[in-house]
Amino acid sequence: MNRIQSLEMRGISKSFLEVKANQNINLTINAGEILGLLGENGAGKTTLMNILYGLYHPDEGDIIINGNVERLRSPKDSMRVGIGMIHQHFMLVNKHSVLENIALGYDDAPFFFPHKALRGRIRELSTQYGLEIDPDKPVWELSAGEQQRVEIIKALSRNADLLIMDEPTSVLTPQEADELFVILRRMTSEGHSIILITHKLDEIMSICNRVMVLRKGEVTGAAPIEEVNKGKLAEMMIGRQIASAYPKADVEPGNDVLKVITLDVDSDRGLPAVRNLSLTVSTHEILGIAGVSGNGQQELVETITGLRQPLRGTITMKGIPMDHADARKAHTLGITHVPEERIKYGIVPNLLLFENSVLKQHRDAPFSNWIQMDYGAIKEHAEKLVKGFHVDTPSINTRIKNLSGGNIQKLILGREISGSPDLLIAAHPTYGLDVGATEYVRKQIIELRDHGGAVLLVSEDLDELFMVCDRIAVMFEGHFMGEVTPDSCTVEEIGLMMAGSTLQEA
Amino acid sequence: MQIDLLPRERTTAGFNLLILLGSLFTGLLAVSVIFAMNGVNPALAIFSIFKGSFGSWYGIKETITKAIPLILIGSGLAVAYKAKFWNIGAESQLLVGAIFATWMGLTVGPHLPAVLLVPLMFVSAFIGGALWGMVPAILKVRFGINEVISTLMLNYIAAEFVKFLVVGPWKGETKGGYPYTDDLPAQAILKHLPNSRISPVLLVLAVVAALILGWMVYRSRFGYEIRVIGENTHAARYAGINFFRTSVLLMAVSGGMAGLAGAGELMSIHHYLSYPETLSAGYGFTAIIVAWLARLNPAFTVISGLFFAGIIVGGDAIQISMGMPAATVNVFNGMILIFLIMGDFFITHRVRIRFGSTVHA
Repeated sequence: MNRIQSLEMRGISKSFLEVKANQNINLTINAGEILGLLGENGAGKTTLMNILYGLYHPDEGDIIINGNVERLRSPKDSMRVGIGMIHQHFMLVNKHSVLENIALGYDDAPFFFPHKALRGRIRELSTQYGLEIDPDKPVWELSAGEQQRVEIIKALSRNADLLIMDEPTSVLTPQEADELFVILRRMTSEGHSIILITHKLDEIMSICNRVMVLRKGEVTGAAPIEEVNKGKLAEMMIGRQIASAYPKADVEPGNDVLKVITLDVDSDRGLPAVRNLSLTVSTHEILGIAGVSGNGQQELVETITGLRQPLRGTITMKGIPMDHADARKAHTLGITHVPEERIKYGIVPNLLLFENSVLKQHRDAPFSNWIQMDYGAIKEHAEKLVKGFHVDTPSINTRIKNLSGGNIQKLILGREISGSPDLLIAAHPTYGLDVGATEYVRKQIIELRDHGGAVLLVSEDLDELFMVCDRIAVMFEGHFMGEVTPDSCTVEEIGLMMAGSTLQEA
Repeated sequence: MQIDLLPRERTTAGFNLLILLGSLFTGLLAVSVIFAMNGVNPALAIFSIFKGSFGSWYGIKETITKAIPLILIGSGLAVAYKAKFWNIGAESQLLVGAIFATWMGLTVGPHLPAVLLVPLMFVSAFIGGALWGMVPAILKVRFGINEVISTLMLNYIAAEFVKFLVVGPWKGETKGGYPYTDDLPAQAILKHLPNSRISPVLLVLAVVAALILGWMVYRSRFGYEIRVIGENTHAARYAGINFFRTSVLLMAVSGGMAGLAGAGELMSIHHYLSYPETLSAGYGFTAIIVAWLARLNPAFTVISGLFFAGIIVGGDAIQISMGMPAATVNVFNGMILIFLIMGDFFITHRVRIRFGSTVHA
């Protein structure tokens, strides 16, 4: 097998049911290059790379390597032609040693004592690319950066010329990220090529040779790195068109509802997620939080809703401090929550629709007393939600998993706002919904605000934030870069703030 | 030919019942093969089992006697399994219940009338089983220790402890060197219906408890939280359900029910604490299948408990009449459980078989 000198994806299209994940995409990469692949969540980056890795088959289009059309039917085919992929979440066996992990699935290894044959190869690769690693350490003892090195060695030991890396720095500390970039530069100087999927504009600017931007399944820009800057990239990523705002009642914000003061939160991995963040939301007000996902929005939402404990800082709800609150206490203080992963957190798929209609409210009157559920009242409530929020379902006695995503979201939203909560926290409430459901959800959120509710809306969709919010704060690496109102700012300003510049710089 | 497994989206109650009966039937077929390999006519053997248990007044009375502990334990296990807490330790929760009841009966028993002593022994047995059941719950929620391992291992600890008691400190003075405790006082002994070993008190207790637990799982707030935890732990956290409290409480109920069964066996059948094998006859394990056959609805264990009690009684009968080995009943029960669990697969999945060559996209 010759090494990959050039690879081209030509006219690639791929649909899932009616969703067009990729439309007529062209991509080329040459040996020794790093190509940055940029786009919001759901823009189609992962689909495109899964096609290249042989996990999906394109509906249309060809993959051409060194001038020959190749059919990649499975990851095995892709590995054979020299394509390797390193997923965001590492595919390693934690209890096995580094050596054993690399030997796993290694075709050329002998049947007996496979790791002996590999030890020399690993040493060779380590010195060649500066990938220092102790081959006998169990994987669970390694830091995220070291585990990533194991994945890289694993790919290289299978002769990967082209390496796809899916958000490689998202789990790394800044120092580890710098070390990774040194390794990547060394690899390209040896003739490897790398496709880097990332959200981070800084990384693209500092390491890539060329960049390609996807938006809603289509290429919105491709250029050598010298011809772009961060502002331009942000623009390509989020598009130029800003839809006009939805009509809102002309009311001034009233009393403060939620007050967050100098909040610090860590992620599950113990890395800083939210740092020194303060915000206020008042009645009759929707505060939007913009930003590329993974900049601490999720941790912020989880902390306010009682699912995560902060390190420092205070959160007060209507003046009452939320110390060590759990989800129940947040609920009793009047906070409701439309969660980001709605199927995972927002419903119990195997329970019936009416049973799901009081998840969290199940402890409140009239749905239960201290011992007994009142299923009569609950069913009445479920009927009201189904009618009031246009949930399309055969009956309230259906298992909720049989509903479509849009109808599940309508039910969740209905459940969370029908009690006129003081504060609604909505995370990506229209992600993955069709046009009709999206519009419906947005209007309902505005209606809650018009009737005196406070809303904190986290979204990656700038259109949505501009259409719905009264104020928009831009979050980057755990804190706010600045705050704007939809009628007095440009997409460029928001884009630059999303990339890490403050409002003054922008 | 290509076989595809696809998730099944909706089922009807009738379909579920069909799968259940189909599983029982194929289970019986598999058992038949084993009978045939032993040179026994399978149809005759299975007929003899059910004739032995349901074909005579004696058989029916024995079946009800053995169904009582199975219903008590099985309904408690159904509660735990509903939360996907795999309690395999009912056997030891039964023993600890019996220990607590024995202690109560031997110490304060002689000074109390039956109306006080009997409830007191049941309550203490429930507490004993509950405490023993709460240990693995705490270990799981606080330290992430797998409950299958911990409940299973606690079985051995409790069994050895009972042996220690009956050969050591609690060894009876009136038992002539045998490893038994002294007899419980007369007022602790449950009366039987004439010509049977059925205690009406115990029978009512088992049926009412199973119905109450059925109500608890499907109608109470606690039961709602149990079902949410069992189906989706993430949603349970989102809904602010207290994981620790709910898990510990549900295992207290599950263990407590097994404790009641231990007290029942003690006060109705044995009248003194003896070796663990004598006291329980594997009820804690058979009840796992009872709970499963009831499709984890505690109220239905009244029916499935009778069914498996019938197999135990009938199995004893054919051991004698057809010269089958003592392990026959275990083989029978094991087969039925395996086929019931396999049947569940067809409730959640459907199988599509396509013939001919298939074209890959």
